[in-house]
Amino acid sequence: MALAEKTGADPLEARLGPVADAGAWAKAARGEAAKRLRAMGLPGRRDEYWRFTNPADLNAAEAPEAAVFETGEAPTFDAIDRLKIVFVDGVFDAATSDDLALEGVEIERLSAAASRDIHWARELYGVLEARGQTPVARPFAALNSATATDGVLIRVTAAAPKPVALIYLHRDTRSDAVLHHVVRVEAGASLTLLESGPAAARINKVLEVDIADGGAFHHIRAQGRDHERRAMTSIFARLGEGSVYKSFTLTANGVLTRNEQVIELTGDNGVAHVAGAALGDGKSFHHDDTVFITHDAVGCESRQVFKKVLRNGATGVFQGKILVKKGAQKTDGYQISQSLLLDEDSQFLAKPELEIYADDVACSHGSTSGAIDEDALFYLRSRGVPEADAQDLLTLAFVAEAIQEIEDEAIAADILARLEGWLARRR
Amino acid sequence: MLSIKNLHVSLEEEEKQILKGVDLEVEAGKVHAIMGPNGSGKSTLSYVLSGRDGYAVTDGSASLEGEDLLEMEPEERAAAGLFLAFQYPVEIPGVGNMTFLRTALNAQRKARGEDEMSAADFLKLVREKAKALKIDAEMLKRPVNVGFSGGEKKRNEILQMALLEPKMCVLDETDSGLDVDAMKLVAEGVNALRDAGRAFLVITHYQRLLDHIRPDVVHIMADGRIIKTGGPELALEVEENGYAGILGEVA
Ligand SMILES: Nc1ncnc2c1ncn2[C@@H]1O[C@H](COP(=O)(O)OP(=O)(O)OP(=O)(O)O)[C@@H](O)[C@H]1O
Ligand SMILES: [Mg+2]
Repeated sequence: MALAEKTGADPLEARLGPVADAGAWAKAARGEAAKRLRAMGLPGRRDEYWRFTNPADLNAAEAPEAAVFETGEAPTFDAIDRLKIVFVDGVFDAATSDDLALEGVEIERLSAAASRDIHWARELYGVLEARGQTPVARPFAALNSATATDGVLIRVTAAAPKPVALIYLHRDTRSDAVLHHVVRVEAGASLTLLESGPAAARINKVLEVDIADGGAFHHIRAQGRDHERRAMTSIFARLGEGSVYKSFTLTANGVLTRNEQVIELTGDNGVAHVAGAALGDGKSFHHDDTVFITHDAVGCESRQVFKKVLRNGATGVFQGKILVKKGAQKTDGYQISQSLLLDEDSQFLAKPELEIYADDVACSHGSTSGAIDEDALFYLRSRGVPEADAQDLLTLAFVAEAIQEIEDEAIAADILARLEGWLARRR
Repeated sequence: MLSIKNLHVSLEEEEKQILKGVDLEVEAGKVHAIMGPNGSGKSTLSYVLSGRDGYAVTDGSASLEGEDLLEMEPEERAAAGLFLAFQYPVEIPGVGNMTFLRTALNAQRKARGEDEMSAADFLKLVREKAKALKIDAEMLKRPVNVGFSGGEKKRNEILQMALLEPKMCVLDETDSGLDVDAMKLVAEGVNALRDAGRAFLVITHYQRLLDHIRPDVVHIMADGRIIKTGGPELALEVEENGYAGILGEVA
C-alpha cells in the first residue's frame, strides 16, 4: 500500500492536507486519525476488501465531476414530521435548516464543537472509528476523521419526539464533501435519524453511533439518485446492554457507492439489524455493502438483509461478516444477501463470512443471485397483468424483505414509493 | 366460444411433439370436460391456450370468439376473457394475495377500457366471493399461494375466476387435492358462474367433480389428440373401466 514514497506527489498527503486548526480535543483526534491513515495507507485493488470495488475514484485527489440530477419529484421523507438539518455540497446550511432544538436532543455543529477545548464528543469522535480499524483497515474512515470539518454532534437524553433528518443537497458538479457525525444515545433514550440526498459530486461520510444500555437508534437513509455521484460512507456503531440499532439504506443510481457498517455488540441482549435495498441500472452502477458485526456479549441478535436489483450491466457487491467472540454465547446471527439480475450482463459479487469462537450460537447466512421467476411472471400475466407491471410487482416483492426491516410504517411507505418511482421511470 | 382446429404443438427446447392435431369446439353456455391418461397433453393444451412460453405451435389454430388466441400475449388473452385455473398454482413470495387480486382485476378492466375499481368496492367484492369459497381474511393477507395447502391453492384459483368473471374458463385438475367438502365448494363456485355467455373446459381424472358440475360434452384425450367425444356417460365409462377399452376401440 505504501506506493506513495516512490512517486513525487504523495496521494495520501494530498488527500490529508494540513490538519485544520481547532480546539485541543478535535486537533488531537484529527492528528491521531492522520497517523492511523499514514500507517495503513490508501487502499488498492490488492487489499482483501477492495477486490470487488475499485477505490481509484475515492483515492483521487480531486472529486470526479458529477452532474446535478433534477428529479422533479417530492424530496424523500417530505411528508414526515422531522427536524431538518441541511447540508449543501457538504456544508451546513443554516438558512434552510430548522432550529437545532428538539426536546431531549442536543444538536451541535461539528465546526462549533471542534473549536472548544473540551467536549463530550471527544470520547467518541474518531474513537469508534479507530476501534473499527481492526481487524480490517478502513482508510477512508480514518481520512474522514482526520479531515472532516462539518457534520453534527447529537446527544440524545430521552425519547426524541420526532426524527432528526440530515438532508444532503448537491449543487456544485465538482464538490468533494467530507462529513462526520457523532450520535450518543444515552441510557434508555431513543432517536430516529433520517438521511437523504446525493450530498455532493463525491462524499466521504462517517457516522459514529454510541448507544448506551437500553437505548434505541433507528436509521433510515435514501442515498441520492444523482447518476454520477460517488459515495463512501462508514458507520461505526457500539451497542450497550439491551440496546437496539436498526439501519436501512435505499440506494438508487450513483456511479459508486460503498457503504460500510461496523457494529459492535458489547452489552448482553443487544439487537443490531442492518438492511439495504439497492437499485442499479447500467454498466456504470457499482454498489458495495460491506458489513462487519462483532458479537462480544451474551444473547445478542444481529440480522443483515441486503437486496440488490441489477440491470443493464450493473454491479452489486456484498461483503458481510459476523464475528462471534469467545464467550458470546446465545448469539443469534442471520445474514442474507440476494440479487435480482434482470439481464445477463449484470453481476453480483458476494463474500459472506462467519467466524465463531463460542459454542452455543445460532448463525446462518445465505447468498443468492437469480433472475425473475418465469413461472410467477406467467402466472401474473395469465391473470391479465401486463408483462412490465408483472415484472415490477415481482421486483418489489423481491425487495420487500429488506423494506420490512423498517419499523415505521410511514417511512417504509415513503421508501416503497421511491422504489416504485424508480421502476416506473424505467419502463 | 373456443375453437381449436388441428392444433399441433411441440416443445421449443427439444424435438418433441406433444399435441398432434387437437380439434375442439366449446360453445357458449356449455361445459366440456376433458379426461385422459397422464401425459396425454391436457395441461399442455391449457398452457398453449393461455400463452405460456416454451411451446411451438407447428400447425393449426385456436381462437376465442373468433379472435386468434395464438397471436396474443398472455395478458391480452386474459383481457379477452380466457382464464386458466392452474393444475399447479404458482407461489409468489412477497406479493400479497389482495394486491395480486386487485392488480389483476384492475389490469383487465383497464385493458377493456373500464375504470379501475375503487378500493372499497374491491374489498367488498373480494370479501363476498371469498366467503362463498370459505377463504378467510388471513389467507387473503398472505403472499399469493405461499404456505397454502393444496386445497387452499385450488380454492384460491376459483376465487380469482369468480372475481375476474372470464368468458372461457379452463380448469386443469382443479379437483385434485380437494377433500369432499372443498370439492363441493369449488363446484358451487363454478356452477354459480354458469351462464349462457360463458363456457367451461374442465380437465379432470375423476367422475366425482363431474357429479357436481354436470358436463354437456366429455372428450377423451390420448397421445396428443381428442380420440373420443360423447356425453356424460363417457366419464362414467372411464370411471368404471379405465382407458383401456376406449384406447383399444380407437386403435
Ligand atoms: N416443458 C416440458 N418439457 C419436457 N416435457 C414436457 C414439457 N411439457 C410437457 N411435457 C411432456 O408432454 C407430455 C404431456 O404433458 P402434460 O402435462 O400436458 O400431460 P397431462 O395430460 O396434463 O398429464 P397429467 O394428467 O399427468 O396432468 C408429457 O409426456 C410431458 O412429460
Ligand atoms: Mg396435467
